[in-house]
Amino acid sequence: MSSTTYNQQDNLSNLEASNSRPRTIIGTLLTVLAFTLLGVALLPLGLVIAYVIIKGANRLNLSLFTELPPAAFQEGGGVANAIVGTLILVGIAAIISIPIGVLAAVYLSEFAPKRVARWIRFATNVLSGVPSIIVGIFAYGVIVLRTDSFSAFAGGFALAILMLPIIVRTTDEALQIVPQEVRWASVGVGASNFHTVLKIVLPAALPAIVTGTSLAIARAAGETAPLIFTALFTQFWPNGLFEPIPSLSVLIYNYATVPYDNQRELAWAASLLLVLLILLASVISRWATRKSVY
Amino acid sequence: MPTQEQQNSRSQTSQKEEMILKAEDVTVYYDDFAALRGVYMDIPRNQVTALIGPSGCGKSTLLRCFNRLNDLIDGCRVEGKVIYRDKNLYSDNIDAVEVRRRIGMVFQKPNPFPKSIYENIAYGARINGYKDNMDDLVEKSLRQAAIWDEVKDKLKQNGLSLSGGQQQRLCIARAVALKPDVVLMDEPCSSLDPVSTSKVEDLIHELKEEYTIVIVTHNMQQASRVADMTAFFNAEEGESGNRFGYLVEYDRTEDIFENPQEESTKSYVGGHFG
Repeated sequence: MSSTTYNQQDNLSNLEASNSRPRTIIGTLLTVLAFTLLGVALLPLGLVIAYVIIKGANRLNLSLFTELPPAAFQEGGGVANAIVGTLILVGIAAIISIPIGVLAAVYLSEFAPKRVARWIRFATNVLSGVPSIIVGIFAYGVIVLRTDSFSAFAGGFALAILMLPIIVRTTDEALQIVPQEVRWASVGVGASNFHTVLKIVLPAALPAIVTGTSLAIARAAGETAPLIFTALFTQFWPNGLFEPIPSLSVLIYNYATVPYDNQRELAWAASLLLVLLILLASVISRWATRKSVY
Repeated sequence: MPTQEQQNSRSQTSQKEEMILKAEDVTVYYDDFAALRGVYMDIPRNQVTALIGPSGCGKSTLLRCFNRLNDLIDGCRVEGKVIYRDKNLYSDNIDAVEVRRRIGMVFQKPNPFPKSIYENIAYGARINGYKDNMDDLVEKSLRQAAIWDEVKDKLKQNGLSLSGGQQQRLCIARAVALKPDVVLMDEPCSSLDPVSTSKVEDLIHELKEEYTIVIVTHNMQQASRVADMTAFFNAEEGESGNRFGYLVEYDRTEDIFENPQEESTKSYVGGHFG
């Protein structure tokens, strides 16, 4: 009887929370540590964005979007040609890489024998790990040297190669998330493979495909290395697909380090635009992810 | 007559009824090992035939032979004949897609398309070249599957937003929308609650007026409630240690449950194993 009473009292006092218990102290310490490290991890992101906004915001006006870059000692001007150029380059890259990437992923996920699929996935991973400057060299060798001209097409081609593995991988993953039973259901109502993939599997995976594609576009829009010696740069409006073409990233590269204040300010403003563009792509991808079915 | 019919029910039924599906010496291999061996079985028209037996006895495997869904499974190979209205489904000149238009299927887990309820029904009809009034077909199919009243105000909603039991009835509606000859059901109630299960079972009773139904079930009570014919499958250890399934006994449901001829059937339906 007495031992029962003793045990009960002991248990009850144990139940009360105490801040001096080692377990509680270690728990609190670790929580604080984790929170601090999270802050450290987020710091660069915050600093980069804040710095770009501070440096670039004062040139964020209408002429930035409408005027051409000024020559060395001129005042004013904008980066309109580079905005158009980046859109054209990314557009070319998207037109090349999205159909190829999505169809390749459809083959990988739906039709390829397992062994083949494993090797293609491996190859895709290798391709996504290839440094962008090497992709640029490749495009330079294959297109610029052959056509004897720096061109928007060469730049778009280089960006397409960078986007391709991202699109293949995200689409492949999106297709594999679609449950096998749904494919069986479609086949079970007498659908051909063509119908099953086109009407059931691809629509179900579409949000994830949009996510992957917009991330790939964001990545491509920010690339500089492969454009320097494919698309080159001009101070003028884009002049056709087989002429050199300006882009925001190369404009930043060219203007950020010059001794002319006006051009440096434009480089910062262009950086801000690029960050905003990537932010937009991320927002689109988040939105698409929320629409996903599975 | 009843005594003779009991003794001889297999031959009796085959004389009396038209057989719509026949399995003749069907053996199914997964890679190199036979999962199901030597099945002979005749499925009568406009009746419910249940396939029962313990896990791994090959009943779902056999079911998938009836609409060539096994084609989709890597490494699966079927030997023997599956005769559907005098045609061997496994001969070279048979188009599997056409087979599946006539022999529909309801799966174990409800698997509506990630589309609207309306589209879930219309999809199959449309790809099969259905030209009449689609709204009528959708309504009729949903009514046949006893789900119309629950969904008629939300046909535009995604099929995945329904409860599990409703999803399964939607899947049944999707199957009957094609006006198939045969509806195959692979444990259609295994993921449903008792209320939904009894709704689906009522539905099976109604559907057999128009369709031939083959149903795989783990649940012996379900087989005894819904089926006219019952086939009992069992699994055995093969020479190489692999388990393979085979057909033990196939007869009218009341004979299987009340007067089984085989010892293993008796002990299975008596609840002694499996």
